[in-house]
Amino acid sequence: MSMGKDPLGGVHAEQQEDNAQAAEDQPRSGGVLGGVRRWWAGLERWQQWILLAVFLVLVLLLPVINPPIISTPDTDFSIACFNMARFALAALGLNVVVGQAGLLDLGYVGFFAIGCYVAALWTSPDSSYVHIPYLFTLPLAMVVTAFFGILLGVPTLRLRGDYLAIVTLGFGEIIRLLANIVPALKGNTGFQNIGMPPGTRDGKPLFENGTAWYMLTVLIIVAVMLLLGNLERSRVGRAWIAIREDEDAAETMGVPTFKYKLWAFAIGAAIGGLSGALFAGQVGFINNQRFDVPTSMLFLAAVVLGGSGNKFGAIIGGAIVSYVPDRFTGIADYKYLIFGVVLVVLMIFRPQGLLPARNHLLAAIRRLRDWVGSAPSGTPSTAATGATSVSLGKEKDR
Amino acid sequence: MLHELATASSESWISFNWDSLFSNFLPATRDGITYGGIYALVAVGYTLVYGVLNLINFAHSEVFISGAYAVVFTLTGLGFDGNSPNLGTIPLIGDLLVALLAGAVTSAVVAVLVERIAYRPLRARGAPRLAFLITAIGVSFAIQYLIFLWRGSVAEPSVRMVPVKAIFQIGDTLIFLNQIIIVVAALAMMIAVDQFVRRTRTGRGIRAVAQDPDTATLMGVSTERIIVLTFAIGGLLAGAAGLFYIMQVPSGAIYNGGFVLGIKAFAAAVLGGIGNIRGALLGGFLLGLIGNYGQYLLGDAQWNDVVCFVVLLLVLMVRPEGILGSSLAKVRA
Repeated sequence: MSMGKDPLGGVHAEQQEDNAQAAEDQPRSGGVLGGVRRWWAGLERWQQWILLAVFLVLVLLLPVINPPIISTPDTDFSIACFNMARFALAALGLNVVVGQAGLLDLGYVGFFAIGCYVAALWTSPDSSYVHIPYLFTLPLAMVVTAFFGILLGVPTLRLRGDYLAIVTLGFGEIIRLLANIVPALKGNTGFQNIGMPPGTRDGKPLFENGTAWYMLTVLIIVAVMLLLGNLERSRVGRAWIAIREDEDAAETMGVPTFKYKLWAFAIGAAIGGLSGALFAGQVGFINNQRFDVPTSMLFLAAVVLGGSGNKFGAIIGGAIVSYVPDRFTGIADYKYLIFGVVLVVLMIFRPQGLLPARNHLLAAIRRLRDWVGSAPSGTPSTAATGATSVSLGKEKDR
Repeated sequence: MLHELATASSESWISFNWDSLFSNFLPATRDGITYGGIYALVAVGYTLVYGVLNLINFAHSEVFISGAYAVVFTLTGLGFDGNSPNLGTIPLIGDLLVALLAGAVTSAVVAVLVERIAYRPLRARGAPRLAFLITAIGVSFAIQYLIFLWRGSVAEPSVRMVPVKAIFQIGDTLIFLNQIIIVVAALAMMIAVDQFVRRTRTGRGIRAVAQDPDTATLMGVSTERIIVLTFAIGGLLAGAAGLFYIMQVPSGAIYNGGFVLGIKAFAAAVLGGIGNIRGALLGGFLLGLIGNYGQYLLGDAQWNDVVCFVVLLLVLMVRPEGILGSSLAKVRA
């Protein structure tokens, strides 16, 4: 699992001092979260893995355990769990775009919708296209949405980030309109009996209830986290950080910013499409009513709430954004208002979100500088103080 | 299987109906110019704020729709309803001015409040651009759903204040009184703002802050005051656009009614050259025309939005500085 090296547990035992210093760099991450983080960093690597494995099993069994207080009153808890998981997956994808590369994608629901329609068009009996097994639509949905991401990204990513924001905002609406007016997408009638993965238990399809879907989605999330973790530590991930922190400087240093922005955008889109295809499969019916633009705002709220740039934070944020309206049905009507206000309040008072992102790259540079600084020649090590802060929290000129 | 695929793709999803475009050319032009005036007024708000702060104020669409609500409430209060009223010229002008005042002031207040509550704390902290954009979208949805919770998901009952009366006709196409008022008033307001920014002392301050806030401050311009003023001017014009929108679409006051119009107005601003007031005017009228022609060509009113969006993409691809050029020349990073 990737969580062993994700921002929550990225610092190894022998680097405890660095970690303590990092905690000082971010005074707001103190309190309970900071304490948990220090405790976690103090564990051996194998202990971290065992704990994560236990944690994963617990997470997987969540709908089976159905804890009384946590359980949702008006929604089937397994469905609520699946919704949490699909929101988390979408937030994970949006986190690549917003958190890693610092691009604001406000039409994420558009990619989600494309994923849904890919699953519907190739599995539903209402569609006249070639039918393929449902599980094949998952990679297909990713390819198609990545293609649309590139299509949208090429004209806009060459320009400043603001344009991307408004173009994606329009894109979400346009996808909804196209679902209305393009005959092949069947508008309000929609598609029924969208396929599901094979497998039966007691003579019933295994994927008839939410639990199996939930477990499948959680496993996909784990796989996506592994892949994204590797990507973050690669040249691509370093390029994203450079672009996010200062695009002009990155360009000057020879980072092909357009190329890597397009990468981030396409990868984010693909994960959104994957989440959509899972949603279509679980619900079994989609039409044009299911993709209102405000949902994009919920995805964004999930990323920002969890901690922009932190994979684990994105998952927690996604789960919260989906869970709160399901659990507290009294405030479900207010969810867009609440999460809109949450966005504003977070940006003003806690831009780093619940789980602040850690920059391994910058932290490593700082360790290197400290090491050089401790040598007899004595370079001051203050130059790198605060290097671990995330861009949203960083004081920086516009 | 290949055959199935072929039959599916032969089901054409887009068809060009040139006959429909030609036979409806004059009404499309008329509506396009009317909507163009409304887009232009909203686009000025985007363009001014973008020029001064380099920020897309996503909440501007809600500034606009709150003005439209204020207009509807005022007119309902004055006793208007969905029927065409029978008014003389003087009362008509009086009521128009009252409604204009209500819409413009409401929108300006909302715009200044948004600046005060959402953007100023970020500016004070020197937050990065992304934080501004995220706040902007958060404010936009917060206002939208505040209205939703207050007024529900349905549009307000329609109100007509201008008598439905054709003034003259070109060919078979009737030109209505409300459309003439909208276009003339929008033009007058745009010219007034343009002259204000170009000629007055305050206008020079706005241009100075747009060019370089730090130097402007050193030269004795109160940057904060200019920023508030910019939001207020944008709000006033958006409120006026709210009035005109209600005149053109009597049942247009709905909680998310500003959203698409806001995107189109922004597209108009980009088309004309963002940061450029004359560009906003030109872009507004052009986009209004393109959208309406596209609507008749493609056969469904919903295509109007799609066409405008595609225009935005094309402009960004081919000429991101817009037709008249961004006055700040900062469109490319």
